[in-house]
Amino acid sequence: MAWTWFHRLGSSPWVYRFSGTLLRFLLPLAIAMIVLGCIWGIAFTPPDFRQGNSYRIIYIHVPVSVVSLAGYYVMAVAGAVSLIWRLKVADMAMRVAAPIGAVLTFLALLTGAVWGKPTWGTFWVWDARITSMVVLLFLYLGVFALYEAFDNKTLASKACAILSLVGTVNIPIIYKSVDWWYSLHQPASIKFTGESTIDPSMLYPLLWMIVAVYLLYACLLLLGLRVTLLESEAKTAWARKVVMEVK
Amino acid sequence: MSHSVFGKILVRQLLLAYRRPAAVLNPLFFFGVVVLLMPLGLGPKQTVLAEFAPGLLWITALLAALLSAEMLFRSDYDDGGLEQLVVSDDSLYLASLGYIVAHWCLTGLPLALFSPVFGQLLALPAEGYLALATSLALGTFVLSAFGCVGASLTVALRRGGMLLSLLLLPLEVPVLILGAGVVERAINGMPIDSLLSILAGLALLAAALTPVAIGTSIKISLEV
Repeated sequence: MAWTWFHRLGSSPWVYRFSGTLLRFLLPLAIAMIVLGCIWGIAFTPPDFRQGNSYRIIYIHVPVSVVSLAGYYVMAVAGAVSLIWRLKVADMAMRVAAPIGAVLTFLALLTGAVWGKPTWGTFWVWDARITSMVVLLFLYLGVFALYEAFDNKTLASKACAILSLVGTVNIPIIYKSVDWWYSLHQPASIKFTGESTIDPSMLYPLLWMIVAVYLLYACLLLLGLRVTLLESEAKTAWARKVVMEVK
Repeated sequence: MSHSVFGKILVRQLLLAYRRPAAVLNPLFFFGVVVLLMPLGLGPKQTVLAEFAPGLLWITALLAALLSAEMLFRSDYDDGGLEQLVVSDDSLYLASLGYIVAHWCLTGLPLALFSPVFGQLLALPAEGYLALATSLALGTFVLSAFGCVGASLTVALRRGGMLLSLLLLPLEVPVLILGAGVVERAINGMPIDSLLSILAGLALLAAALTPVAIGTSIKISLEV
């Protein structure tokens, strides 16, 4: 019936094969979309009347910021699924999501700093939203560090699942912080309700890039998942067969 | 009250502390010695100290709560008390709440009560005293709750200290911002009711939700 897909997730060889098929389409699509989106953003959008060309980093900065925040939810939901249904795949997804999310958050901070220099005149401002992103980075690093601290990896992933669920409390505060504290950072430009304050000619490539980075995130997650699957089942026949075929 | 497991844990923790009074005073001593460092590092100018006092006092409270959290479950883990708690049919939720409240009574509450003294040492303007004490009383409850979560997650690890700070400090950021904000606003003569309400809300939310996480983490740490 409709729920059989869920039970299949319990079978490592099936997940490995399925993710392989999925990646065959997703990975080229993600790469193509990112390349096209970058060209679109750099060459075919008008310069900003105040920031000139420097604003174009928005096509990297905003997508990685959005996905790094969403990535925490992916991690927490995967953690919850692994706690509730003891699903090994969810457990691995959570583990893989932590470093990917940390790198994306770091990229968001880095591109923000690069963008901040020409527009605000400084690399770093202790603004509410930037601070929240630093907090997010440490939340990711905390999950990563907690996992590494345990020798017993079954315990480690359970503890990490709890920690990431507790950490989800902070994500709404990150979003809300924009409203809580007024500072140098401009208010959010994309609004889901009401008029956007960004011109459509700049908005469409931005939305395109957000979708592209989401796809890239999915690909990275799947790639990491496949490696972890092979690693943790290195002694089984199917994993040996896969590795031998690649050789 | 003392018939429920909440009361039993609370009374027991307080009794244990009462029998070793030096341990109760440790957070206060810690607070005092860190406050001593501030003028040494920043210079003794009253105006400079007064400006930074709200933030400094709150950061010190954060560190005091953090350092005292590490040993929270240690002895009960080592002597098997936690295991007995889990296998008994008492509610682990209420027991966890008991640990939180006991920890708060032994660290947060004394700090809040003595905070005017430390405020005086850092030249905190008089308008800030009540705000400091109230915000500390509410905020340290959240810190105790998070401290218990962190301690229950790391109790099975032998070297949890540094890790605990990495886990807890990001979670405690909103409390620091709100707490220092309350004192800042009170000094500037602005109303503080709204921020205090948010702090109280966070404390209630922490009291309601963190015992679930603590109970689960205790079970995970005991591998049951």
